Amino acid sequence: MYKRPAFHIDTSRCTGCKTCMIACMDKHDLPEGVLWRRVTEYVGGEWAARPDGTYTQNIFGYYLSIGCNHCQNPICVRSCPTTAMHKGKDGIVSVDHTKCVGCRYCEWGCPYSAPQYDAKLGKMTKCDFCRDYQQEGTAPACVAACPNRALDYGEYEELAAKYGEVNVIAPLPDPGITQPNLVITLGKNAKPAGSKAGKVSNPEEV
Amino acid sequence: MSKKNPPETAPGGEITRRCVLKWVAALGGLAAGGGLFYGLNYAVSAPAKDGKTIWTSCNVNCGSRCLLRAHVADGVVTRIDSDTQGDSEYGLHEIRACLRGRSMRHRLYAPDRLKYPMKRVGARGEGKFERISWEQALDEISARLKKTIADYGNDAVYINYGTGNLGATLSISWPTGNTPLARLMNCLGGYLNMYGTYSTSQISQAMPFMYGEYLGNNALSDIANTKLAVFFGNNPVETRMSGGGMTYDLMQAKQKGNARIVVIDPRYTDTAAVADEWIPIRPGTDAALVSGMAYVLISENMVDTDFLKRCTVGYDEDSLPEGIPAGNSYKAYILGQGEDKTPKTPRWASAITGIPEDKIISLAREIGGAKPCYICQGWASQRHANGEQTSRAITMMAMLTGNMGLQGGSTGAREGCANLPVAVFPFLTNPVKKAISVFSWTEAIKRGAEMTALRDGVRGADKLDVPIKFMWNYAGNAIINQHSDANETSRILKDESLLETLVVIDNFLTPSAKFADYLLPGTFNLEEDDIIPQGSSSQLEYVIFAQKAVEPFFESRSIYDICTGIAERFGVQGKYTEGRTRDAWLRKLYDDTRKKIPELPATVEEAFSMGVLKRKAPQPPVVPYKAFRDNPEANPLKTPTGKVEIFSKKLWDIGHTWELPEGDRITALPEYLPTWEGVSDPLRSKYPLQLIGHHYKQRTHSTYGNVDWLKKVAPQELWINPVDAEKRGLKAGDTAKVFNDRGTVFVPVKVTPRIMPGVLSLPQGAWYEPDAKGQDHGGCVNVLTSLRPSPLSKGNPQHTNLVEVVKV
Repeated sequence: MYKRPAFHIDTSRCTGCKTCMIACMDKHDLPEGVLWRRVTEYVGGEWAARPDGTYTQNIFGYYLSIGCNHCQNPICVRSCPTTAMHKGKDGIVSVDHTKCVGCRYCEWGCPYSAPQYDAKLGKMTKCDFCRDYQQEGTAPACVAACPNRALDYGEYEELAAKYGEVNVIAPLPDPGITQPNLVITLGKNAKPAGSKAGKVSNPEEV
Repeated sequence: MSKKNPPETAPGGEITRRCVLKWVAALGGLAAGGGLFYGLNYAVSAPAKDGKTIWTSCNVNCGSRCLLRAHVADGVVTRIDSDTQGDSEYGLHEIRACLRGRSMRHRLYAPDRLKYPMKRVGARGEGKFERISWEQALDEISARLKKTIADYGNDAVYINYGTGNLGATLSISWPTGNTPLARLMNCLGGYLNMYGTYSTSQISQAMPFMYGEYLGNNALSDIANTKLAVFFGNNPVETRMSGGGMTYDLMQAKQKGNARIVVIDPRYTDTAAVADEWIPIRPGTDAALVSGMAYVLISENMVDTDFLKRCTVGYDEDSLPEGIPAGNSYKAYILGQGEDKTPKTPRWASAITGIPEDKIISLAREIGGAKPCYICQGWASQRHANGEQTSRAITMMAMLTGNMGLQGGSTGAREGCANLPVAVFPFLTNPVKKAISVFSWTEAIKRGAEMTALRDGVRGADKLDVPIKFMWNYAGNAIINQHSDANETSRILKDESLLETLVVIDNFLTPSAKFADYLLPGTFNLEEDDIIPQGSSSQLEYVIFAQKAVEPFFESRSIYDICTGIAERFGVQGKYTEGRTRDAWLRKLYDDTRKKIPELPATVEEAFSMGVLKRKAPQPPVVPYKAFRDNPEANPLKTPTGKVEIFSKKLWDIGHTWELPEGDRITALPEYLPTWEGVSDPLRSKYPLQLIGHHYKQRTHSTYGNVDWLKKVAPQELWINPVDAEKRGLKAGDTAKVFNDRGTVFVPVKVTPRIMPGVLSLPQGAWYEPDAKGQDHGGCVNVLTSLRPSPLSKGNPQHTNLVEVVKV
């Protein structure tokens, strides 16, 4: 039982391979268009032509794999008019499908796109921190799958002690909004939240 | 065979309505997609029933090899995970599958999965088939094969390149000469051989001239022991994606050491994104960059003259072979004292490569000053019309700086890896000695009897006597998708007066399968037992024992049993099987493997329950060619001089005797040679953009190209720089028309600064979807690639293309 169930992402190791996404899809049988974990590709920099026909450039890019941060101040829970979205005693933010009416307010509220609408069910769905696996003592599917060991999970305080307390990086929002249980190791290309240096270059994939 | 069919299948292979309903129910769908000949719905995710999980593997041609664990319920694979056996120690770490392996459930049950043997009813390539029985299929194929052998001889039979199941031992699909089909044909008098591969044609044929063999290199893990690592066209993060292999090795080496990593590539690859510097380069010009840097190293006295003197020939005039005119040394070529009188200055190189002159100078100085320096190349740089030159040239950076045979050093070749050998299925000896290059089969269909050694690279004879008339194609999509110039290839195949019979054995209705005369459903690797040798990995030696997870789908049959069926009809069953069933062979090969790896358990059943055996490779990693470097006289290379032949007398002779098309050259030195459809081809006035086709996470070549999940998370897109996109009014997501004289592809664009201006990349392997006019809507790059082979290896120059792109 967690007080603050958290994910860690090391952006110096995340290569955007999306294995975490497929492992999540396979485990949870996510229907088309429902992505409990998403990998954004954040890219920036400019090309400058020189008179001799060559170019100089300062292109940079990095990937960021985000599921649900099971926030301390979950805006999805605050946005939910039916109390279907709730934070459990184990800290995991879940949807009670007996109460969810599929109004999608939580989806609009969450700046991480964690709540995902299942059109067939007419209800919201989201990352459940692989609660069943955790009960068996195994890691969430995404974490166990990561080929480059860029993902970790556990109690927030422990992850923060191990990796530091950074949770600010572009293109993620100001962590003050929801207090995410997220710990980030910054790679050399990392830009601060709110940076205009780059942009998400795969919006259709996330 | 009846034992191997699913329990739902009635005797004789007929599927009853009750059985179909039961299958559909088990697979969780309501309506079967695809219909009579192929297809069902996907299985539903569930944990293993009664905890029944089976260790299996992903056997495709990515260079990695991953352990998978199949969860099985009611005879259906309901979930896939990967290595869960413990990850605490590097060298015994988990072999975690990439996104493709993890999507295996949706590949196993993809809607275009083949169910029954089929025979073509429409024109070849139309994709119209009727269902036939295995008896009829094997009878008719055997009769046609007998007729081909009687009419034309065994030279007219060819086994095409297929790497879809190359990770297997018993059901192995590559090397082509080591497959069950090769064993079958060797029992029947032989078949026309191939040499080279679509992956490595140019480098694999060029390296022996310079080094006496396919050149090895230090492992990626040795980057932990180096100062500077320079990657030429090498992208392990996207081409070796296993968490047991190279991408993880690179991460570990980065973390452990302090090496600066530089990636030279037209594209800001996922490897470049985790490196320290990206140097964009125009495709096909790596040898010019090397020459420009060599000029700096030589003129600033940064070359290792002791190493060059002791271990190489041809660097300077003193070590040229006898009888070679002066001015033919490497140093003379670089300094402009050779025939072309052109000093290969950084400015000269800059104009060709698109890399600023000051960057070429600074990189050369950095390489020259880093002791040791790790230099490697992928196989992208060599897959060009001048790839034989380029691959040799890149190794010159390691030779000039004397990094060969050092810890943390390098040879400039592709990175080395650990290896744990297992037993090999005996394929017997091919009585036919003639061979063509892997890329020449369309020519051999069209004009085989005219093909010669000096003009077409025929080996084992001065010429071919007959064209290819009968072709086997097992677990391969190089009939149309992965071979070049799909439109011309399609025309050649559609002429039934040329190739008389094409037999395809596959799991899916691939673009190649649509050209089959007989289309046979092979078992999927999760439907049979096998021994799976390891993939590329720096520090981990391993072997996977893959147990059958589920029964073969409908009437799918193993390649061994298919070949046995043909052997029966030729009366050579005894020779083919040696009295063994597939299972008996598996046990024999397991016992043979145990002789090589004594710590394996006594029975294959115990090995199956283990799933994988892991062993740590030595740390620090073994340094290849150390003995040669230390004492080249006592430990010579297998070249004629025993040394690194920077100047190759053999190539000199080939360059003066082979008949080459205008513009093609084979030179003794690793020179930069401009090519057709290269940066300086006047054709650029019509087709201004260079087009490459990078390896993409959605697929391994074309394998997994039909998996819905992967298409969604990694869609097929044409990479184009904003500079080029703006000129053409293209915005992200627009559909573009990419074309040249060979064909047209319609594909959405990814407008990204991650590719250099003037260059496009269309990720290779997407499935060819031609419309009535032959214009492709699947994004298949090989509609645009050329059948013209590279000069020395007669290989596939599939990154040498000029195109134009417009908004649709």
